[in-house]
Amino acid sequence: MTDATVTPPMRAKGKSLMADDARTQKRNAAERRFKAYGIIAILVGLSFLVFLATSILRNGIPAFTQTVVQVEFTLTQEEFDAAEGTLLKTSAYTDVFVSKLTEQVSAQGLDVEVDGKAVERLLGKVGGDLREFYKENPDQIGQPAQFQLAAASRVERYLQGKLTRDMVVDGRFLEKTDLDIVDALVDAGIITSAFDWNFITGTDTGVDNPGGAGIGASVIGSFFMMLVVLFLSLPIGVAASIYLEEFAPKNRFTDLIEVNISNLAAVPSIVFGILGLAVFIQFAHLPQSAPLVGGLVLTLMTLPTIVISTRASLKAVPPSIRDAALGVGASKMQSVFHHVLPLAMPGILTGTIIGLAQALGETAPLLLIGMVGFVAREYPDGLASGLLDPNSAMPAQIYTWAARSDEAFFEKAWGGIIVLLLFLMTMNIIAIILRRRFERRW
Amino acid sequence: MDDYYTTDRKMSTMQDTKIAASGVQVYYADNHAIKDVNVDIGDKTVTAFIGPSGCGKSTFLRCLNRMNDTIDICRVEGDIKIDGEDIYDKKVDPVQLRAKVGMVFQKPNPFPKSIYDNVAYGPKIHGLASSKADLDNIVEKALRRGAIWDEVKDRLHAPGTGLSGGQQQRLCIARAVATEPEVLLMDEPCSALDPIATAQVEELIDELRQNYAVVIVTHSMQQAARVSQKTAFFHLGNLVEYDDTDTIFTNPKDPRTESYISGRIG
Amino acid sequence: MSNLLIIGIVLILGAVGFLLGRQRALAAAGGDARNLHSLPKYYGANVGLNAIVPAFGVLIVWLLAQPLLVNANVSGMLDEGASAGARNLLMADVRRVADGLDTAVSQGALTAEGAANLGTDTDNVREILADVGVALGSEVTAQTLSAAQRYRAMSATGNIWKTIIVIAASLAGLALAFMVTKPSFRARNIVETGVLAVLIFAASIAIMTTVGIVLSLVFNTIEFFRLYAASEFFFGLRWNPSFSGRGGGSELGIIPLLWGTLYISLVALIVAVPLGLFAAIYLSEYASKGVRAFAKPLLEVLAGIPTIVYGLFALLTVGPLLVEVFGEGGFLGVSWMAGGTAVMTAGLVMGIMLIPFVSSLSDDIINAVPQSLRDGSYGLGATKSETVKQVVLPAALPGIVGAILLAASRAIGETMIVVLGAGAAARLSLNPFDAMTTVTAKIVSQLTGDSDFASPEALVAFALGITLFVITLALNVFALYIVRKYREQYD
Repeated sequence: MTDATVTPPMRAKGKSLMADDARTQKRNAAERRFKAYGIIAILVGLSFLVFLATSILRNGIPAFTQTVVQVEFTLTQEEFDAAEGTLLKTSAYTDVFVSKLTEQVSAQGLDVEVDGKAVERLLGKVGGDLREFYKENPDQIGQPAQFQLAAASRVERYLQGKLTRDMVVDGRFLEKTDLDIVDALVDAGIITSAFDWNFITGTDTGVDNPGGAGIGASVIGSFFMMLVVLFLSLPIGVAASIYLEEFAPKNRFTDLIEVNISNLAAVPSIVFGILGLAVFIQFAHLPQSAPLVGGLVLTLMTLPTIVISTRASLKAVPPSIRDAALGVGASKMQSVFHHVLPLAMPGILTGTIIGLAQALGETAPLLLIGMVGFVAREYPDGLASGLLDPNSAMPAQIYTWAARSDEAFFEKAWGGIIVLLLFLMTMNIIAIILRRRFERRW
Repeated sequence: MDDYYTTDRKMSTMQDTKIAASGVQVYYADNHAIKDVNVDIGDKTVTAFIGPSGCGKSTFLRCLNRMNDTIDICRVEGDIKIDGEDIYDKKVDPVQLRAKVGMVFQKPNPFPKSIYDNVAYGPKIHGLASSKADLDNIVEKALRRGAIWDEVKDRLHAPGTGLSGGQQQRLCIARAVATEPEVLLMDEPCSALDPIATAQVEELIDELRQNYAVVIVTHSMQQAARVSQKTAFFHLGNLVEYDDTDTIFTNPKDPRTESYISGRIG
Repeated sequence: MSNLLIIGIVLILGAVGFLLGRQRALAAAGGDARNLHSLPKYYGANVGLNAIVPAFGVLIVWLLAQPLLVNANVSGMLDEGASAGARNLLMADVRRVADGLDTAVSQGALTAEGAANLGTDTDNVREILADVGVALGSEVTAQTLSAAQRYRAMSATGNIWKTIIVIAASLAGLALAFMVTKPSFRARNIVETGVLAVLIFAASIAIMTTVGIVLSLVFNTIEFFRLYAASEFFFGLRWNPSFSGRGGGSELGIIPLLWGTLYISLVALIVAVPLGLFAAIYLSEYASKGVRAFAKPLLEVLAGIPTIVYGLFALLTVGPLLVEVFGEGGFLGVSWMAGGTAVMTAGLVMGIMLIPFVSSLSDDIINAVPQSLRDGSYGLGATKSETVKQVVLPAALPGIVGAILLAASRAIGETMIVVLGAGAAARLSLNPFDAMTTVTAKIVSQLTGDSDFASPEALVAFALGITLFVITLALNVFALYIVRKYREQYD
């Protein structure tokens, strides 16, 4: 008894309802407090969501843009011949580039000292890129050409304010004077930012080149895995559900399956990774890091989800439909495949898409079967290569970037999350539309 | 006939009006469930509401302690006064009102707690007991009034859900009277019980009349005849006829009442 | 002949069988399908299935049995005295050499005959194989080479017989089914039985998965306990694997990992349970329809976000934020926190992830409490909060406990958040701002490193996995049992 200390008067008969007594006021205050706790809990939950979303967007959007140095110049035939004639060809091209850049900067009335070394620190191997361009397009010699060269990731972080002047230790990657050059180039409008297509279409790079890393190859890896998951888990899941819902007698075997399905739904994903490693790679000698193996593991993980939602959809089809089919002489099998299954299809598809979305975001099991980010170095060429050649998947790629020590990769990881979440959102929206459109109330 | 009605009423109850309802309208969203009901319910009387299912008798009953507040789409208009106070006034706290107007439901609904805690729940939340002994007293008194004390006094700490249906319903009645209400509303309290349990509960209702104004909704005309002094007949949301029970059953004035009594509608 | 080709041939035979069967049935019925017991397509399907199913059965059995037989035979040639572990290593070498020889033959570096007649005294096998891109760790011994040659020879013979027998089985099935195709033959019933068998097979994949999990964990764990004492694993207070990857000097006690796991899960539950429970209570008892329709799906978005996102959030946002508050020179002026990765970081973020998990399960359970109990309480003049606290929650308690246990099992098995947010150092400490590590995080790090698969440093992951599996399974079974009992109470 919580209120034993308060001596309450026995409520007098016929007391007016109009006035709240002290006790009622106290109880109502407790009521308001309790309600407030609920509101606070929901607001806290929602604010976490907002916090998460803003931190993803704030950190991830820069990954889609790239700081570029835009230089327009004409390489004359003489300059080309002269550069090709020297011993250090690429450095000759760099020198040409430096002189053109200096021209442009001083044309703007700005005064900075630019040399080849600084340009290489800021832009990487410019000379090589230029030489390659003119070797491949000799007809461009003598024509004005527009060059967009990606700036080093440190330049980008300096411009974002994440790298301050004090943090630059001379001699390592950047020098303090380089930052003066950057400032001048920004003032001259030569450094601008552009949409980074390479991030969408590119592959992973080594640890020393965060700027060039892209998520494209692992998107393809995820795609092939989802292909495997879809083509295995949908038929298997639907077949298993049909058996359990429509044919299974009530016996030990059926119980065993049911218990297994409900438990598998709650087994930690990492355990499925161990299963994949031991059974598919160790025992069956399937190739490591292959999207096929990833797809198999994710299929086993997704099956319980699909079975549970499929059974719910089958259950929702009223028995009268089955009776009607049986009544015109259809076999049990025909009644299921001709009538029940088509009616349950929208629900099944919705459940499958949600299961696929879950599988798409799964990371841990993929790490164990070797689908880590750094194997996503090239695009597969065709179906077999897509399934069997080493590749990564979006979440595993994000993990690899997040685990690298160079902070420049973190931005890529956040950007990768935006890409991943866009895919997930699309899938969920499709599922919602499917449900809205085809949901049938019996 | 009006004269007869008034005299008879005075003779049979000799009591003041406890609840006065006038012009009550109830809407469930667009559905007009109760249409302009006027009724005066006397103190220390058993009043029965009868009528075919869906006629609004339960809905009206639930207006009397504002249980309809818990249903979002329900809207109540008109005037319901208890002891002259409008219970739908803004100043009235439904919580206090319900302490004064207790309710027993169709299906016995003991809480999944011990018998003792079931009965002690109301007194605890309303702070009616000042000590443990006091509370013990209240519980015993309520269980005695619920005519179930002898059956459960040895197992007060056994779960209330373990009792039989009839015992559960009497426990719920005991739970309702433990908060010292002045009015007791009963929504078909015997519909889930067997005949013997029904007889026990009916006997109890008759005893409760000594202390409370009892309003009972029932499907069974026989039950209304057995336990009530006044009967109101509801049909399609209208209060068709309200009179002494004897009059309703022997000499109904409205043809619809007669049809219902004789089993032609229902 | 490659397996794919065999499968292709069998499938073609199946298609041919379908057409033949259908045609024969129609012909036998005089071209009028009404004279048949079943529709013509069922006769076709019967023949087709008979051509495919037994053949595939034979193929699968063969694929499983052949390596076992060959292995058993070849490992008999190896050193009798070697221990099981050493023999496994030898067999791995044999297989690698055999595969290398295959590659060499297919690239034309060796003739098939040349590969069979190589000898350690005349040829440098390691060099030949290195030329075709197969790197070997050591020189090939005579014993290994001859075993590898034997291995290749047996596999080759096996493959030939496999092709012959599988295709024969397919043809036999086709012929048999074709023979019995008569108008009175109940083709539909047979085909439907076949389909039912497929359905049963699909349903039993769940069982096979569980068996697969258990077997892969158990065998490797046994292997681990051969190399490392079980008692030291279960009761060891230090986790300190050596990085050489070849065993020796590693301390692999699970206690610090379990402690980290439980500590982080506890923090997560302390965050998630009150928030989730109050949110569920508000949504199911107080919220208007509009608020519910808005807040519930939004909260559930938190459950749909992949864990890698939470992991990154922990590592890069929450961790640094916590350091700013609790770290040295931080907002509070205390220096409890040395780095961003800590029990608190991982626990907090995991708690956020679990809020919708707790709230939607509790919501279901609270909604299952019958309205009549609430009415009973309101009828006595109880306020909503009194009704919730004293009637609804006690009635829903078993279900809510079940939900919390499920959430706990989720927390214990969660990997990505702890891999990124909790730190890498195993530590037995009470400070929630210390970095600790968990069972799942160590499974990842032990199996993704470069250590040899047969070393205790790698195999320990399986022992960790089985511990994790048993704990979560027990929690799940118990929780599901409670929830089911609870549901029955109100059904």
